[in-house]
Amino acid sequence: MMPVDQNILNLTSQISIRNLNFYYGKALALKNINLDIYKGKVTAFIGPSGCGKSTLLRTINRMYDLYPGQRAEGELLIEGTNILDKGVDTIALRAKVGMVFQKPTPFPMSIYENIAFGVRMHEKLSRSQMDDRIEWALTKAALWDEVKDKLNQQGTGLSGGQQQRLCIARGVAVKPSVLLLDEPTSALDPISTMRIEELIHELKSEFTIAIVTHNMQQAARVSDYTAYMYLGELVEFGKTDDVFIKPRDKRTEDYITGRMG
Amino acid sequence: MNLRTRRKAVNFLALSLSLAAMAFGLVWLIWILWMVFEQGVGAMNLSLFTEMTPPPGGAGGLKNAIVGSIILVGLAMLMATPVAILAGIYLAEYGQRTWLGKVTRFINDILLSAPSIVIGLFVYAIYVANVGKFSGLSGAIALALLVLPVVVRTTEDMLALVPNTLREAAFALGAPKWKVIMLVTLRSAKTGVVTGILLALARISGETAPLLFTALSNQFWSVDLSEPMANLPVTIFKFAMSPFQDWQQLAWAGVFLITMGVLALNILARVMFRQTVQR
Repeated sequence: MMPVDQNILNLTSQISIRNLNFYYGKALALKNINLDIYKGKVTAFIGPSGCGKSTLLRTINRMYDLYPGQRAEGELLIEGTNILDKGVDTIALRAKVGMVFQKPTPFPMSIYENIAFGVRMHEKLSRSQMDDRIEWALTKAALWDEVKDKLNQQGTGLSGGQQQRLCIARGVAVKPSVLLLDEPTSALDPISTMRIEELIHELKSEFTIAIVTHNMQQAARVSDYTAYMYLGELVEFGKTDDVFIKPRDKRTEDYITGRMG
Repeated sequence: MNLRTRRKAVNFLALSLSLAAMAFGLVWLIWILWMVFEQGVGAMNLSLFTEMTPPPGGAGGLKNAIVGSIILVGLAMLMATPVAILAGIYLAEYGQRTWLGKVTRFINDILLSAPSIVIGLFVYAIYVANVGKFSGLSGAIALALLVLPVVVRTTEDMLALVPNTLREAAFALGAPKWKVIMLVTLRSAKTGVVTGILLALARISGETAPLLFTALSNQFWSVDLSEPMANLPVTIFKFAMSPFQDWQQLAWAGVFLITMGVLALNILARVMFRQTVQR
């Protein structure tokens, strides 16, 4: 087996970030970021609090649009389009780039409706097609067996770990090509965390995944590539094994060995 | 040790004082409720709901006043709540930081604390004086103006309580803003908004001042909105001030009905709000 060579052969860039700067008002939060997120791989973003990793993730689906005063400069290419351009249809972009947040956020509606919500924004499905899509998404999120008999119950009634898997199912149901996970397990117990990590392994065959995490073991476990960020800069980016075993930058080494952050 | 006994003494003193203050506040409330109950229950009977307000010395009920009140209050709620909810949505979701939003919020706060008699006189000046007669419609308009700021404020507050993470989650699925508001944000705040509507309803149920200049009162049965319309608060005012024993009895009965209604609305609002917070 020669996984390294195979990887080089199969690598295609799903998202290319070029000279990206991000501002909160006048404060520069991301400084000249250059990075490729590869198709079908899991890319982890690690770094101390406030280093800009969540900001970077929220740039990819233009979440920052909701807040006046936040803006991005540079290029963020998805399938050849710079999605930072003014004219970009953010609704279509978000159909392509799904996101799961730190805290589970079930909508105040039934489990079924929670998942149908996003699908209805982009597709017109018949009832039976929708039923199939919901089963498919819940199966993908490893939640189907637990909820198949109570699809009409409120999503808020599930446990924290189940709620987070519901949120993943909701994102997957729209059939995006990229999934952004912003510290998806930081509010969960260890067993739920383990299930989500297993899920990430399953999902990467179909989705490109970018995950922000505070937990370095988690980054090492789930990701193929790791980006270490510090004070708004991308310090180091490479294959996860390389970054963790032989980091090139002193600052990365300090962080992963626990001397900093 | 000395320090500890001192602390216990201070604690005892502070606790006693606050308990005494609470008791002082409660005494009046219980006294009022007791008196309304004592006087009102005696005056309760079926003819209250089936007969019109009588002339002095005659037998009668409050049917026209009860129905008039329901019409006035219902119409006021129908006029005010849709506008108020939309305004609340604007303030919470679109205009938080805008100039228009700030001005609207400020004016709404003034309106919220405006004495109801001012609202009554306002409607009198712009409507009743121009048309030339008192009418049920003008009464409903005056009450609607009282409902408006209450519901605007509670709607805005309840929407502001919805965590931003929920909005972001909906946006992240590619939902346009109006769908996020209608399907997610407003739905999350639903019970809080309904609570605000119930509290506004409770507030206008007993308002007398704005009706004195607008709907006035009517001794007879009338559901014509262009005519003066009977209603409970003004009838109570009129009957309680009269020298006739049977009118005073009816006034107490009306007071009892309003108090029980408002109490029920408040309890309902409280129960509903508790459900929101727990969820």
